[in-house]
Amino acid sequence: MSLTSLSVSDLQAKLRAKEVSPSEVMRALESRIAAVDPQIHGYLSRDIGLASKLAESADVSLPLGGVPIAIKDVINVTGEPCTAGSKILVGYKSNYDATVIRKLRAAGAIPFGRTNLDEFAMGSSTENSAFGHTRNPWDTSRVPGGSSGGSAAVVAADEAFAALGSDTGGSIRQPAAFCGCVGLKPTYGRVSRFGLVAFASSLDQIGPFTKTVRDAALLLTAISGRDPQDSTSLDEPVPDYTATLGRDIKGMRIGLPREYFIEGVDPQVDAAVRAAIRHYESLGAEIVEVSLPHTEHAVGVYYIIATAEASANLARFDGVRYGHRTAEASSLVDQYGRTREEGFGPEVKRRIILGTYVLSSGYYDAYYLRAQKVRTLIRDDFTKAFEKCDAIIAPTSPEAAFKAGDRSDDPLKMYLADIFTIAANLAGICGISIPCGFAQIDGQQLPVGLQILGKSFDESRLLQIAHAYEQSTNWHKARPKGNFE
Amino acid sequence: MSAAFDVRYTAQLARLNLSEEEIAKFQAQLSQVLAYVEKLEKVDVTGVEPTAHANAVYNVFREDKSRDWFTSDEALANAPRAANHLFVVPKVIE
Repeated sequence: MSLTSLSVSDLQAKLRAKEVSPSEVMRALESRIAAVDPQIHGYLSRDIGLASKLAESADVSLPLGGVPIAIKDVINVTGEPCTAGSKILVGYKSNYDATVIRKLRAAGAIPFGRTNLDEFAMGSSTENSAFGHTRNPWDTSRVPGGSSGGSAAVVAADEAFAALGSDTGGSIRQPAAFCGCVGLKPTYGRVSRFGLVAFASSLDQIGPFTKTVRDAALLLTAISGRDPQDSTSLDEPVPDYTATLGRDIKGMRIGLPREYFIEGVDPQVDAAVRAAIRHYESLGAEIVEVSLPHTEHAVGVYYIIATAEASANLARFDGVRYGHRTAEASSLVDQYGRTREEGFGPEVKRRIILGTYVLSSGYYDAYYLRAQKVRTLIRDDFTKAFEKCDAIIAPTSPEAAFKAGDRSDDPLKMYLADIFTIAANLAGICGISIPCGFAQIDGQQLPVGLQILGKSFDESRLLQIAHAYEQSTNWHKARPKGNFE
Repeated sequence: MSAAFDVRYTAQLARLNLSEEEIAKFQAQLSQVLAYVEKLEKVDVTGVEPTAHANAVYNVFREDKSRDWFTSDEALANAPRAANHLFVVPKVIE
């Protein structure tokens, strides 16, 4: 087994036993990236000089000491670019650390490498990046999912031990499912958003991509907690999220929402998820049927609320304080209009238009306010469902990774790819995607993701349930073949 | 409702210039998206309070004390144009 295919926990064991030094790890990682990334294009940039220097002085006794972690190019790291996958931020250099980066550093980790994404995290395939597509390591003609497709692909291709991403409507869980890794979206308010380029502020959350559930627990423990710089981060205690791992799940009640087992789900995905449910039964979990009756409205609510918030958040890209500015402008207003025309890609423009429209005078009540009310109903659905169960299981995505170019010109079809992940963001609850099998499509093995949703701030139990499945199956050990041809 | 949707006017509100081609394309694509989201009209929301944040918190205060933050040089480090510790923009008033 090569060094870069290790999990974070296994890497730490080797570092602490002094079998390998942080500098050696950094060199091995860099050479893996150099060999593999030309085929995957998961990274937009990386600063090996800076990371090597940090590795020299790394303290391996710390919780994540000496572990390099890839960062979605939407989270600010001092001295590094932060393009958000957009031309409008070309040339921008951060001069501060996001809170999650500050916390990772305090835990001894080394932020290394900026991963590709859909522009401003808007998309489900990473095809909306202004800097080229990322390819799925399992089949390079297919997408890695999105928007955190780069983070998922580099972990899956063993060119990162772990990565951070952000999840607004499934942007961690769906790419984790498509690439066969673990992706965790924490409860809204669990992790500070300070230093994350804002897309939809009431939905965005930062979370980890890892090779194992234990690693996800390690990273979550490091990045969680209240932050005075983000008033929506909540003052809930931060437990050691690895503490519940390995505990028996006998008697746990797992809910199956009938609205998630519907026509339109790929039969191979459906079969893998149903097999996982039977597996949970064999582990002693009690399977109960639950109902989330407003599920069919989640996509509609999401595309009103997320675009409305985005249209406001992206108003800051005006060519005044940072980023691109048009070369020719006759007035300030002309400068705004041209700068934004030149800097934003098509999907971002579409969403700004949609978001501006649903907030505009005369339409606010009909679209935005109504969507916020239906959001309440969606939240209430989960509250009621969690009275009957400890966690909910569903597919992460209705299908395995799709072909690049398949739906890049059909926004509505692309939006519907998020149908199973969006509701968790609207309700603010936590969710995880873990590998649960493969679909055979066109002679290729493509990973299938199992989504587990938990109550707000119930990550300990969520991880315990995910870990019980992972450790009694072998799916997480499978790796894409290494040549990526 | 989506019949009233006008990309050209909305783009002006958003301070976002669009080409004629984009206007035509977005008009068609987003009309389709709006027709889809209008399914929400069928949901009974009588007496339902809107949700702005999933885990709402109100009135988060901090002490009114200054703290270290960007110096003006740091704040201007990424500015497309700056002079005299200020951002430079096209003239706004004649």
